[in-house]
Amino acid sequence: MIKVHKLIKRFGSKTVLRGLDFDVHQGEFVALLGPNGAGKTTFLRILASLARPTLGSVQIAGYTLPAQAGAVRARLGVVTHLPLLYGDLSAEENLRFYGSMYGIMGLNRRVQEVLDMIGLTLRRRDMVRTFSRGMQQRLAIGRAILHDPEVVLFDEPYTGLDQDACDMLDALLRDVAERGRTVVMTSHDLARVEGLATRFDVLSRGVISASTKRDDLGKNNLLDFYRQSLAG
Amino acid sequence: MQKQTAINRPSSTYLKVIGAIVWKDLVAELRSRELLSAMLLFALLVILIFNFAIDLQPDLRITITAGVLWVTFAFAGTLGLNRSMAVEKDRGCLDGLLLAPVDRSAIYFGKALSNLAFMLIVAMIVLPIYSILYNINVLNPGLLLVVILGSTGYAAIGTLLSSMAIQTRTRDVLLPVLLFPVIVPVLLAAVKASGGFLQNLPVNEIWPWLNILIAYDVIFTAVAFMVFEFVVEE
Amino acid sequence: MKTQPKVLTFLTILSVVLFLGALGMVFLFAPIEAVMGYVQKIFYFHISNAWVGMLGFMVAAVSGIFYLVSKDLKWDIVELSAVEISLVFFLIAIVSGSIWAKPTWGTYWTWDARLTTAAILEMIYLAYLLLRQGIEDPERRARFSAVYTLIGVISVPITFLSIHIWQTIHPAVIGVGSSSSQGSFGMTPAMLITMFFCLTTFSVVFITLLWYRIRLGQLAEQVDQLKYKIMQ
Repeated sequence: MIKVHKLIKRFGSKTVLRGLDFDVHQGEFVALLGPNGAGKTTFLRILASLARPTLGSVQIAGYTLPAQAGAVRARLGVVTHLPLLYGDLSAEENLRFYGSMYGIMGLNRRVQEVLDMIGLTLRRRDMVRTFSRGMQQRLAIGRAILHDPEVVLFDEPYTGLDQDACDMLDALLRDVAERGRTVVMTSHDLARVEGLATRFDVLSRGVISASTKRDDLGKNNLLDFYRQSLAG
Repeated sequence: MQKQTAINRPSSTYLKVIGAIVWKDLVAELRSRELLSAMLLFALLVILIFNFAIDLQPDLRITITAGVLWVTFAFAGTLGLNRSMAVEKDRGCLDGLLLAPVDRSAIYFGKALSNLAFMLIVAMIVLPIYSILYNINVLNPGLLLVVILGSTGYAAIGTLLSSMAIQTRTRDVLLPVLLFPVIVPVLLAAVKASGGFLQNLPVNEIWPWLNILIAYDVIFTAVAFMVFEFVVEE
Repeated sequence: MKTQPKVLTFLTILSVVLFLGALGMVFLFAPIEAVMGYVQKIFYFHISNAWVGMLGFMVAAVSGIFYLVSKDLKWDIVELSAVEISLVFFLIAIVSGSIWAKPTWGTYWTWDARLTTAAILEMIYLAYLLLRQGIEDPERRARFSAVYTLIGVISVPITFLSIHIWQTIHPAVIGVGSSSSQGSFGMTPAMLITMFFCLTTFSVVFITLLWYRIRLGQLAEQVDQLKYKIMQ
């Protein structure tokens, strides 16, 4: 589903990604870990088609980036730590706006479905600027899956959420992942991702330095694996 | 239950996207009224200041009106352009727009049309007020035509430049600095044409100015449309 | 960094020689103009500087297009160098023109088409530099600069044309005389030769300075790269 080969990304003289290889099969839930500044956000932005690779190849759902970016975008949902929502529109209006941006047919029905799924049906007519951060994040996820994408990318989705909101987000993430979607998520919250992801990759110094499946973690818990991979 | 939600063919979505962006901007603005009230207040203040700065004696007024109006629109316009793009940038919404599987130029046209709409709304309020305050009838169909043509050129290039400015550190300060040197033909032609209509000059004298406005509108809309993706894509 | 190429050294010497030659021609060879007297000689430098200023703008615009097409940052350095040098040459042109104008027209400045457009062109150069100052990422800086140069190069002729039309419909009567009525003079063959010599000289000086500035830019970039490597 996602095939990245020798990806290099340079900003002027700075090389952030140095020949990164990344292979994700359909249905996998990959937690992308790594220290700050390692390039996780840059990498995710390239996958999201918001930035271009300097060198190397990126393929999502069989389409190459950046040449076939349009086809990729139709199959991709993205949640960043910014809400990407319009404060002066209601929850429903935000969803309908994005729906028309994606050219979704049967929009009304779909918006209702998504509102139910994220648990915001009762607040559909309220302005987003009155929403708490947790609610905004849920709506942001709703927006991301509105067009039923095959791949969903999350960049630090737990940022700024309280405990209850985090728990609600967990449930929603499980729901999103359940329907056979491929998920890549960056996060600092190791405890949270341990219960959600099927695979853990560590991005350090511009490459994937370590990767392990959840089943293989076995006795070592995630924190040890993470620390070890950074030390190496 | 895995059902792929049906998505329209890209070609039919293009116009829908432009419409959606314009609709979104207008609805959001109608609710918060931040942008319009800032522009309006600014415009009225500028007109007020002009009254003190240039002693607008009745006989001088007609000749100066066109200049005063267009300076006002030009400055209030930068406020609108800045705010309109800031909304997208601050909440990351520009990324949201860029994630849509549609040609970048649709985003450009959508934003440019909303910016144009805001400018025209402000003009429609400022013009009658000016008429009342200075006892000159500016609600003249020729003048209105010039306002539309001039605002179109302004919005066309302004949307492009504000998309650039919003991505820099110096944002708000930068937009007027970038915009005004390249907008001179529009201002000049608009002032001349407006003045011509107000003074009831014969149409063939005004025609060269209208020509310049139309040429500028066409050229810069085309340029902006082609160059926009370089400004928003990394 | 390669040591200074022989061609550049040759050009530098050539520039100096030509410049001395130009001075000689202007003061010794060219005849003194009948009406204006000695002050007319400033024209040789005024026009040469203006010519270089405009040439530089063309170079910048073309480099900008090359950059947008190739994404090679070396075109960005060429563009920046051209703008910086043109800025200075054009400023000299404006100032020298003012010095000439005072005794001839009785005023340092008039708002005719050429002067107004010249002022606007200088402002575009300054806006260009201000734009670059506000952007850190070299790739984005190069992209935006190229776009702005393109916009500038298209708008300046239109600006000139519109002011010119304004002038012919309403001839400017600002100050004692306007540029079209007074201050024009026919050129004798000796003057023409001197003029062409000066134009050639300044073109060579421009190319030499441009080359130096480009080398400076490349050096600066290398320093950046080294700095980044050390900080790793």
